[in-house]
Amino acid sequence: MAAKISSGGVQSKGSRALDKVLFVVLALGAVVMVFPLFYMIMCSFMTKNQILSANFSVIPNPWKGGMYSEVLHKGLFLSGIRNSLTVALPVLVVGGFTSSLAAFSFAKLKFKGREQMFLALLATMMIPFAVVMIPQYVMFTKLGWTNGLLPLIIPGLFGNVSIIFFLRQNLSSIPNDMVDAAKIDGCTFFQIYYKVFLPMMKGALMTQIILWFMGIWNDYLAPTIFVQSEKWYTLQVVIRSFNDQYAVNSNYPLIMAASVIAMLPTLLLFFFFQRYIIESMALSGVKG
Amino acid sequence: MAATTATRPAKTSKPNMSRMALQEQRWGRLFVAAPFIGFCLFSAFPIVFAFVASLSNWTGTNSIFANLNGFSNYIELFTDSRFWMTVGTTIIYMIGIPVGMILGLLIATAMNRKIPGVKILRTMYYVPVVSSLVAVAILWTWVFNYDFGLLNTIIQAISGKHGPNWLGNEFWVKVAMIIFMVWKGLGSSVILYLSGLQNIPRDYYEAATIDGANGWQAFRNITIPLVSPVTFYLLITGIIGGFQVFVEVSVMVTNGGLNYSAATVVYYLWDTAFKHQRMGYGSAMAFILAIIIFIVTAINFKGQDKWVKTID
Repeated sequence: MAAKISSGGVQSKGSRALDKVLFVVLALGAVVMVFPLFYMIMCSFMTKNQILSANFSVIPNPWKGGMYSEVLHKGLFLSGIRNSLTVALPVLVVGGFTSSLAAFSFAKLKFKGREQMFLALLATMMIPFAVVMIPQYVMFTKLGWTNGLLPLIIPGLFGNVSIIFFLRQNLSSIPNDMVDAAKIDGCTFFQIYYKVFLPMMKGALMTQIILWFMGIWNDYLAPTIFVQSEKWYTLQVVIRSFNDQYAVNSNYPLIMAASVIAMLPTLLLFFFFQRYIIESMALSGVKG
Repeated sequence: MAATTATRPAKTSKPNMSRMALQEQRWGRLFVAAPFIGFCLFSAFPIVFAFVASLSNWTGTNSIFANLNGFSNYIELFTDSRFWMTVGTTIIYMIGIPVGMILGLLIATAMNRKIPGVKILRTMYYVPVVSSLVAVAILWTWVFNYDFGLLNTIIQAISGKHGPNWLGNEFWVKVAMIIFMVWKGLGSSVILYLSGLQNIPRDYYEAATIDGANGWQAFRNITIPLVSPVTFYLLITGIIGGFQVFVEVSVMVTNGGLNYSAATVVYYLWDTAFKHQRMGYGSAMAFILAIIIFIVTAINFKGQDKWVKTID
């Protein structure tokens, strides 16, 4: 804090020394944060004997990549990846469309009951999933959906409230004249959404869809409840069942390899879109 | 067509609405129809359903209406020591919320000085946040392993003594869970505090130095009050999320841990409804949980004027 004040002019020796100390502390903290993940990757290349040996080691000796090919040859693991993607794809495409269309309507079109409907949707963000999971489970069972992935897909197609909320905020800074101008140009309301506003919220929508993908990919509670047969397990449920199955004979390298692969897609997305993701996270927090 | 109707005064049955406005209303409603129908089907209806179910001895397969038993589920719940124990455990886990906030603010404050490599450091702190919860819970099960785990190996190396049985002891399992949750969530408080700090105008600190304030006083009287909206957001989302902890318990210990010592409310709820088929009782539990969350959030919002400040 003191350094911040003097940063405009002379920076004192003391504050520069403090900066160095702080850097070291922060770097150490950062290493502590990522070390478990690093260790996880290392373990996935070790042999079972090395992991369970009394002499603790971090670097695999010898390096064994065999666990990865073993994991990738397991039918359950591959079907897990396929199932997770089967859920994510339609939800993101259709749900992204319905969410952005609704956000446009809530932000820019006038209709009776708009505020009340919006508030009703916002209220759902406060309702814990735990409250609705039992009735949803029964509904989906009665419909015969629990014998497949529909319970994970269908609700998503109707849109995502936090995305609607975020995009609506995003659009509120755009002047309403845009709507009137487009009307005068003879656009239909759908064209106003599609040609004028969708391009404007493209960036924000993409970021939200990436975050939504991460949420779907990493989801665990809904899939454990709604998915009955192993055949339809999503990837997270699969690695959980690997954990139960292989911990018995201490096959930790295999468990770690499976977990590393399961984490990879979201981590890669994060690294590529880091700037947008962090920006959007920060925005939702500062606005409250 | 749109252009002509827009300029012409309307002749419709509704006196105060032009044809254009009426069209806008129709399309506007159509565009929000999907999420609204979704809301009715997957939130509103299930809530009413859950409430009715909570008044019955429902197993999921028998009839709800034939097995109505009034408020006896709720009465049973109030004397169910296992329920209150899991409520207690859930609240104990929330110790992680202030711990994460304090650490997050300190780290963000340090990062906010012109320190080299801030971007990389920020990313490193954030990686656990975007990692799959199941995968990192599996990882930490291994980190907390009594014999071979990373943590006990480090403890052994430093102190020469064997570390605690993290996941197999009623007390240490709670400590382990808190450590895990702080690790998983720290990155988001760092990011949020950092963006909060960047919004504080520099001249506030300059004015404070001129008035003779030292670093700690500036931190205490400028930084803390001005990041209070972030603190508030972290508190609210932390508490709402904290009441719904499930995956950690489900993955890291078996059957809720030794004597159910690691189980949270949602874990008990899941156990009751889906493992023991007591869906009516589970629904009652879900309802109490929702009410608790609602009350705590309402109290927070009421209390916010007392301590949440804004920059302008």
